[in-house]
Amino acid sequence: MTWILLKLLRALVTMGLVLTFVFFVLRLSGDPTLVLLPDDVDQATREFYRAKWGLDAPLWEQYTSYLRALLQGDFGISFRNNIDAFQVVWDRVPKTALLGGTAIAIALLIGMPLGVLAAVYRDSWLDRTVMSIAVFGFSMPNFFLGILLILIFSLKLRVLPSSGSGTWAHLIMPAATLGTGFAAQIARYTRSSMIDVLSKPYMRTARSKGAGLTRRVSQHALPNASVPVVTILGIKVGEMLGWAVVTETVFAWPGIGRLLTSAVASRDLAVVQCIMILLAFTMVAANMVVDLVYGWLDPRVRVGARAQA
Amino acid sequence: MLFSAENLSVEIDRPLRDPVSPVRGVSFSLDAGMTLALVGESGCGKSMTCLAIAGLLPKRGRISGGALKLDGQDLCALPENEAQALRRRHLSSVFQDATGGLNPVRSIGWQVAEAVRLRKGATRHEAQAEAVRLLGRVGLPDPERRAREYPHQFSGGMNQRAMIALAIAGNPRLLIADEATTALDVTLQAQILDLIADLRSSLGMGVIFVTHDLGLVAQTADRVAVMYAGRIAERADVADLFAAPRHPYAHGLLSSLPERQAQGGRLATIPGTVPPIDALPGGCAFAPRCPRVSDRCGQEMPELALGAACHHPLPPGRAAATIREREFS
Amino acid sequence: MTALLRAEDLRKSYQVGRGGLFRRARRFNAVDGVSLTLNRGETLGVVGESGCGKSTLSRLVLGLSPHDSGEITFDGAPLPDEGSDDWRHLRRRMQLVYQDAAGALDPRQSIGTQIAEPLKIHNLPPERAEQALADVGLPQAMAARHPHELSGGQLQRVVIARALTLEPELMVMDEPVSALDVSIQAQIVNLIQDLQQARGMAYLFVSHDLSIVHHVADRVAVMYLGQVVEEAPKAAFYTRALHPYSKALLAAVPVPDPATRGRAAPRIGDPPNPAAPPTGCRFHPRCPHATEQCRVEAPALRDFGGRRAACHRIEELSQ
Repeated sequence: MTWILLKLLRALVTMGLVLTFVFFVLRLSGDPTLVLLPDDVDQATREFYRAKWGLDAPLWEQYTSYLRALLQGDFGISFRNNIDAFQVVWDRVPKTALLGGTAIAIALLIGMPLGVLAAVYRDSWLDRTVMSIAVFGFSMPNFFLGILLILIFSLKLRVLPSSGSGTWAHLIMPAATLGTGFAAQIARYTRSSMIDVLSKPYMRTARSKGAGLTRRVSQHALPNASVPVVTILGIKVGEMLGWAVVTETVFAWPGIGRLLTSAVASRDLAVVQCIMILLAFTMVAANMVVDLVYGWLDPRVRVGARAQA
Repeated sequence: MLFSAENLSVEIDRPLRDPVSPVRGVSFSLDAGMTLALVGESGCGKSMTCLAIAGLLPKRGRISGGALKLDGQDLCALPENEAQALRRRHLSSVFQDATGGLNPVRSIGWQVAEAVRLRKGATRHEAQAEAVRLLGRVGLPDPERRAREYPHQFSGGMNQRAMIALAIAGNPRLLIADEATTALDVTLQAQILDLIADLRSSLGMGVIFVTHDLGLVAQTADRVAVMYAGRIAERADVADLFAAPRHPYAHGLLSSLPERQAQGGRLATIPGTVPPIDALPGGCAFAPRCPRVSDRCGQEMPELALGAACHHPLPPGRAAATIREREFS
Repeated sequence: MTALLRAEDLRKSYQVGRGGLFRRARRFNAVDGVSLTLNRGETLGVVGESGCGKSTLSRLVLGLSPHDSGEITFDGAPLPDEGSDDWRHLRRRMQLVYQDAAGALDPRQSIGTQIAEPLKIHNLPPERAEQALADVGLPQAMAARHPHELSGGQLQRVVIARALTLEPELMVMDEPVSALDVSIQAQIVNLIQDLQQARGMAYLFVSHDLSIVHHVADRVAVMYLGQVVEEAPKAAFYTRALHPYSKALLAAVPVPDPATRGRAAPRIGDPPNPAAPPTGCRFHPRCPHATEQCRVEAPALRDFGGRRAACHRIEELSQ
């Protein structure tokens, strides 16, 4: 139990640091009134909006009221359309979650089996083919792959819509774009992790029991090999959110990523702030999930933690 | 006769180089309830012989000649899947590194139960019960609880017991113990040896006991095959070997043991080192280190005759090394 | 005869596992109150099973890792602080040879360079390197080779040669032949004994192999879970060990003589976790003669006419 509490405590501290960091970086990046208000507006109006948005107070006061508001669940008002910033962001969450979730599923469902196959048939033509595709997959820039897909499937073959969301057909290309690079990386990590595991003495034990190849791989090797892959996955979730911004822009997918680009362009402080906090929270949460999955996959972590506590 | 290896040879492919033969024409046999020791120094081919028998050769390795007869059926002549099915039913192995040999993410009980199911085809529930029984049989206290634990919660000795439980699941007829006690402390080693001997007689298994330790050979084996550079140098009943080794290599090995020396004197040694397997001298591989060497040894490979593969064997019975009286209280 | 090395109530513990926010890390007493003497030119065999602390002890007496408490004197003077000039100077007089010869040598440097290195450090004539190579029975041509070109036995000779260059008075040998094949073991054991005869060095010979210790040692100390449970002259120890653990150890040795078969192995169970040693006498859970007293009270190492043993029941049991 102490172990989980400790993890929670660490996550809280991380979140606190992130909140502080987000606040100061955004305040230092320029005066939002310069962007949001028309150029010819007079100084008095400018001051009025400054006061209205609470930008006239000293930085320290702004910081404490920011924290106080956050604790009450108040993320501020979107400067642009005058509604609750959190609401603006939250409306976009399902779209990005759908895109990200599909991409992760693609990465796992394609990447892991390919990695396993490459490892089991190491140094064969299969291994070499899979690994060549993997190198190609993750060295291909995300936006380039997206544009390539649009060119082929929307403009040439006219089978998939090039932008927007709403139907499953809209989801295919953005998810494939976002998922491909990760599938390639997962394949590589799975392969090297599997190769390591396959050479372990317990794999010989499984062979000497008379376990067939499928059983040896699925029941003995994979549970061991997936431990490091899960770790990688936790780290990659954050990276994937970054790439989601690019992908959403390319496909005009109405998710968090596109909201972020437009909010940054218009210096919509409250919205940017809210997105950053949400992203940080997602990453912290992803890491906690990884820790839990870890314990579930590896009894040495699970029992060790329990025995020590 | 339970099992025999006849002229067994193993070849290992190497990238960009010629294949090597770590086992070159090895023959021996054993009956049910009997222990045959394969003894020799590192690189002599004893472990490779075992892997070949158990069908566990590495990917690049293959049996390049000879026969492996289990109950008269030649495993090398059968189709691959039939040979593996026979092996699965009748043959099992215990290796040196028990802790590494057990899957770290599976419970001990799961791993033993899996062996039961694969060998006997029991239901999950039966296999679980059988696993607990087997863990008790090999002397694990509180097997019910222990079955739910994982290898990292066990000591090295307990893991080796679990490995033995796994190996005797489904009552195999031939057990291969490859340096099975080498990593253990002496007091544990003695107990594990007792356990193997007890199981051997109660289950009527044949045991191939692979070791580099001549003390263990003397204590456990009925028959002994001394290997050198991929071949059997000498094959004898254990009492005969220790009383009067006939091959100069076997004689040298025995003489180098501190137990067989005058107290405080110098140990007898075999000069030089074991030649690498890919650079064996022509003729007898032991010739460059042999005190009885002649011109013939450098040209002509000696065949195993009357127990020794040597052109100039020591006379039977005369070379008996004086075994120093040792009083262990 | 003056004692070359004397250890008095030596203790060393290590942390096991991680401590937590509110919990102190457990400590494991690797060496727990060990007293030993080693005379000039003598070989003391230290035997015991894995986790008994024999390797830790060998590093402590060399001053290679600091001890928590107790005292070590070398040639009448306490061991100087690690890193001081005196400590560095003392390196010349005491050397370590351990099991992993390949790991003790730098794979990228020639054998000759490595043997000469201690001489360079201590500003000694480099000719001694050639002499050392000859002393361990290696041809001079070997100096130009690299470790990967040598066999295990040859590597161990190189390590011994490197230790010899400084002409030490004390050599600590930690399982020096355990990794070697039987026929090579004998060569190295002979070499070790020849060198002692020629140079009068004292050996602290740490090994789990009772047969080898029987061959090389003058006295034997048996360690169990960080403590010495028996110490005796070799002949006395091997003919009549006093401590029940010593007896179990000796009975478990596989004697290479089929005529001795049929001895039942001592049924003393698995060793306890060294990080959580039992109360009272540490051997009591495995001891066939344990009583209530053994469970509660730790026995002292008592003198029995030139030998020592730590057991409450020695008088009764030896009747």
